[in-house]
Amino acid sequence: MLTLPNERGRFGMFGGKFVPETLMRPLADIENQLHEALADSSFHAEYMHHLYEYSGRPTALTFAKNLTERLGGAKMYFKREDLNHTGAHKINNAIGQALLAKRMGKRKIIAETGAGQHGVAAATVAARFGMECKVFMGEEDVKRQSLNVFRMKLLGAQVIPVTSGNRTLKDATNEAIRYWVEHCDDHFYMIGSVVGPHPYPMMVREFQRIIGEEAREQMLKAEGKLPDTIIACVGGGSNAIGMFHPFLDDDVECIGVEAAGKGVHTTEHAATITKGTKGVIHGSLTYVLQDEHGQITEPYSISAGLDYPGVGPEHAYLAHIGRVRYESVTDEEAIAALQMTAETEGIIPAIESAHALAKAFQIAPLRPKHETILVCLSGRGDKDVQTVMNYLEGDER
Amino acid sequence: MKHFIPFIVAGDPCEEVTIDLVIALEQAGATILELGVPYSDPLADGPIIQRAASRALKNGMTLTRALELIGQMRKKGVKIPIIVFTYYNPVLQLGEERFFALAQQNGASGVLIPDLPFEESEHMRILGDTYGIPYISLVAPTSHERIAMIASQAQSFLYCVSSLGVTGIRDSLPKQLYEFLQQVKSYSRVPVVVGFGISTADQVERLQHVCDGVVIGSAIVQKIEQLQHQLNDVHTRSNALIAFSQYVVSLIEPLKRVGKNESQTTTETTKTVSTGQTD
Repeated sequence: MLTLPNERGRFGMFGGKFVPETLMRPLADIENQLHEALADSSFHAEYMHHLYEYSGRPTALTFAKNLTERLGGAKMYFKREDLNHTGAHKINNAIGQALLAKRMGKRKIIAETGAGQHGVAAATVAARFGMECKVFMGEEDVKRQSLNVFRMKLLGAQVIPVTSGNRTLKDATNEAIRYWVEHCDDHFYMIGSVVGPHPYPMMVREFQRIIGEEAREQMLKAEGKLPDTIIACVGGGSNAIGMFHPFLDDDVECIGVEAAGKGVHTTEHAATITKGTKGVIHGSLTYVLQDEHGQITEPYSISAGLDYPGVGPEHAYLAHIGRVRYESVTDEEAIAALQMTAETEGIIPAIESAHALAKAFQIAPLRPKHETILVCLSGRGDKDVQTVMNYLEGDER
Repeated sequence: MKHFIPFIVAGDPCEEVTIDLVIALEQAGATILELGVPYSDPLADGPIIQRAASRALKNGMTLTRALELIGQMRKKGVKIPIIVFTYYNPVLQLGEERFFALAQQNGASGVLIPDLPFEESEHMRILGDTYGIPYISLVAPTSHERIAMIASQAQSFLYCVSSLGVTGIRDSLPKQLYEFLQQVKSYSRVPVVVGFGISTADQVERLQHVCDGVVIGSAIVQKIEQLQHQLNDVHTRSNALIAFSQYVVSLIEPLKRVGKNESQTTTETTKTVSTGQTD
């Protein structure tokens, strides 16, 4: 399981490279350079140096004592990716890809963003490494996330509002790819999740594995054993793959949590594995939310980071073989979990991460006290305060 | 140059008018038609064709209906080869075999899938052989050492992407295009046509001695967009079709001049394409 993808970029039947011919050569270049870089100990050393010295790794493992007592079941631990520089796990990948871009002699970065977290991470590393950065963002998200737009501008990036389609993450990604097709000779496309054509799903996983690797050591130190259950939220799925991957060959239960929005029985959700079918999106064969004619449909979630109609092909594979279980959590459940985590542990998680927390809170009381549950707290909730306020006030009315 | 290959989107501005437009294109001198199937996420297309796809999708166009539309065109007497231009996902949902069966039943002459590169297309090429529907391959300016591999499997014609980027109207074509075309021609056993960005008679004129055909998409689709209201209204439709034809004829004026001397070759190549023979 740990050796995938194969040389064609496939995780079982999933993955691959479904892109215009123009991009085949640039993708092969990235793949070759990535393999060289990953085999080069100085590249790894430089990556680790920036993670530690710039992003503040290793991130803490926090024992959620109050929640554990309140729920009365398994012991709950949080892997604190919210403590990273820029406030989420996204920076791990951005640093890795920026170093690869530098190695390839490319000084112009393209990125797509939904809520703005990956956009901010890309803008941040571009500033740090002296690169130009263009961030494609749906016009709708530009309006909803004006604070993050301003953050990116402060960091010196150019934010390009996308007006095609529904003007959200899917369309921003389309536009970033189109721009890349035109400028692939001197631009590096920094994808923010484990999606896209090969080698992106593998590359982003390699740059996010640090989450699970650290957590594994930390759990062994704290408990003297591996966790029984690991839970992470899944949009594209980069924090989840980063967390799960180092545990896939162990006897550890892994649960990915998708966004059920207003419920998986409505049309307003982003539960791609739960409700989607096999299809191609953004260069990869995976599960996709689509109609019977193969047109991609619009997802919905209160969480912009999970509001995506595809999912990383490795998740599709892990679901298909039954190694990881994928469940879903509604907006309402996620917001309640966010409030409970804030009130009980003094941590305001991102709404994305609150989906994983909600599932953990459902499961913990059902498990014996000697078991442990490890939750990937992928990001902090500062960016979501306005959204949560609107939701709760709307609810009260 | 032998081939003028216009591209239009099925169902833009509506199904009925698409048939009229194809008849007009054939009369104006099209030797092959590329019929675009609208898709929600057309990665290889610029804004003009994206908008056309949105209009067609709003009209309820699907891959199946687009294939059936070809059948209707055949009933109305359209003779030129019709290549189905579709993204891969609709084909995957319809089912690859079912796609080819429907394409064959309805008189399609080939299929081109812009997001299915050589390495991922083997199964489609094999099915295409079984059903007698050639799978059209593309080469791009970044293909370099891939050209020989792609050209070796090319069927009907080889489609050269003129420049980096998506479909659209470009003021100028890259200087390296002629060199690129020479290189592709040296590997290709089938006619070499150029597309992406070609939008003026002037560009057509400059390309006519260096390739076997041109694909013109966005410029024609933009014309349809400009005329959409007249085309949709039965009272103004015939005048709009005349205006459309005049525009198309003006685009390919340079070909007509040369065409008189090259009519012999034109017939031969068209025959190869329409019967789907590769060798």
